[in-house]
Amino acid sequence: MQIHDLEKTFQEKIDKEIKIEPKDWMPDAYRKTNVRQISQHAHSEVVGMLPEGNWISRAPSLKRKAILIAKVQDEAGHGLYLYSAAETLGTSREQMIDDLHSGKAKYSSIFNYPTLTWADMGAVGWLVDGAAILNQVMLCRTSYGPYARANVRICKEESFHQRQGFETLMVLANGTPEQKAMCQDAINRWWWPALMMFGPKDSESTNNDQSMKWKIKRKTNDELRQQFIDMAVQQVKVLGMTLPDDKLVWNEDRKHYDFGEINWDEFWSVVKGNGQCNKQRLDARKKAHEEGAWVREAAVAYAKKKAARLLTKVA
Amino acid sequence: MQSENSSVNTEAKKIQTSKVPPSEGFREAFLLHLADTTLILTQRNGAWCGHGPILEQDIAITNITLDLIGQSRNFYQYAAKLINESSLAPSPVEKAGDEATEDSLAYLRTEREFKNLLLVEQENGDWAQTIVRQFLFSVYQYFLFEQLQNSKDDQLAAIAAKSLKEVTYHVSWSADWVIRLGDGTDESNERMQKAIAALWPYTGEMFMQADYEQGIISEIHLLKDRWIEKVKTVFEEATLAIPENIFMQSGGKNGVHTEKLGHILAEMQYLQRTNLGAKW
Repeated sequence: MQIHDLEKTFQEKIDKEIKIEPKDWMPDAYRKTNVRQISQHAHSEVVGMLPEGNWISRAPSLKRKAILIAKVQDEAGHGLYLYSAAETLGTSREQMIDDLHSGKAKYSSIFNYPTLTWADMGAVGWLVDGAAILNQVMLCRTSYGPYARANVRICKEESFHQRQGFETLMVLANGTPEQKAMCQDAINRWWWPALMMFGPKDSESTNNDQSMKWKIKRKTNDELRQQFIDMAVQQVKVLGMTLPDDKLVWNEDRKHYDFGEINWDEFWSVVKGNGQCNKQRLDARKKAHEEGAWVREAAVAYAKKKAARLLTKVA
Repeated sequence: MQSENSSVNTEAKKIQTSKVPPSEGFREAFLLHLADTTLILTQRNGAWCGHGPILEQDIAITNITLDLIGQSRNFYQYAAKLINESSLAPSPVEKAGDEATEDSLAYLRTEREFKNLLLVEQENGDWAQTIVRQFLFSVYQYFLFEQLQNSKDDQLAAIAAKSLKEVTYHVSWSADWVIRLGDGTDESNERMQKAIAALWPYTGEMFMQADYEQGIISEIHLLKDRWIEKVKTVFEEATLAIPENIFMQSGGKNGVHTEKLGHILAEMQYLQRTNLGAKW
């Protein structure tokens, strides 16, 4: 078949909602976009363990400590099956991790913000996981089969995390004056960065059109962001807290909430490496990897010895 | 204990639980000792979460940590129940101005009140040190819980029986790693031997009976025999040597710790202590 015909068959499959599987023919750009997106998602899960891991030792009750440990461990699990999904496209986990450490590959910028108080564990769960879920629910229907299936599993756990985050804030919101203040402060700090998680405005985004045509994405950045805002405005009322945006008003014509201007200079600055924790997060990942090198080498050496001994036995 | 590397010899002689009932307060103290030990190891192991040598093992050690905090909560909850029912009024009850809970016991007792083993408060060090600490402790815990599951105290027996299933995996996982690293590369062997040297002085305490263990564990030396037998078997396969003529440190069971514990508690307890009475 000619390339042209292959591309036609490929697009027809996508149009008919048939998943693309690892051994199917796909355009190079489709493969590359998926590797980039899935590995970025995997890195985000793994780097995302750090800001929350920061509070494991200081969680204020045994129940909260157990929940937090389980949650951070879930993120590691997500990372693991996302790396596996990306590997089906022909890039090794090792390569992807090298790209993360060299700065070639990105992860979600949200994790370059610091987790300063216990309330941040609630706000991250509610707002950050909440924003991530909207994206991941959409990705359960993405056209690449292994990635879609990974997201189905991720969504189940993430929605649990979001509920736990909200409940953590709920307890603070009903607590002492200090706890209430801690809760509002965390919401104030995480609100705008959470909105930035959906990426640049549609008018500024370069990847939208092709990704929509290939059904890698099914909703635009702005659509998802609006959906998130409409949801959060209702939920914050239950907490008895406020969102730090005085331009949030219901727009009867659009049937959506209008909101204030996002600080895109801050967004691009953090993406470029100027967030408070960019260096710290990457250094922590590199350190874990480098300090684990002798462990991985020993495991390989032992496996080889064991295999050789088995062979000798058989012979 | 299915793995051939880590099968614990269940044929060894049965250790009897004592027929003499424990003195008043001993059972609570023993439960706190078990709870504190598993909590402090939770605190230590928890620091690996997000920093493990490879993602799969990050998940594995965190699984163990989750088991440990689960055990810890079971012991604290049971201790709290007994304390609240008894006429004894230990300090956490007075301090919280309320009844004892798992959190008042974990977060409001001081470094002199904590009864954890010295072994578990030792630093994570490198992966070798964490593995050796886990292995030496899990094997001890295995034989201890094997005995406690036959306790006449139904609640204690039930917690031990449930925990034993988890600990069986901890022994298997850590023994596999001891062997892999001991018999891996020269570097890994050297690191393991160093870790063993660093931690060995804290193993003797496990088998020095505290007052409150009397009437609950009898013939503690039998525990030691079974522990050393298992450790030897695994170390031999791992080509690792057991240190000889080492002076054994002790005190943890009675609240006399190494300097490390104070730092662990300061970090762990600060939020509870700065917001007394708050709910989380």
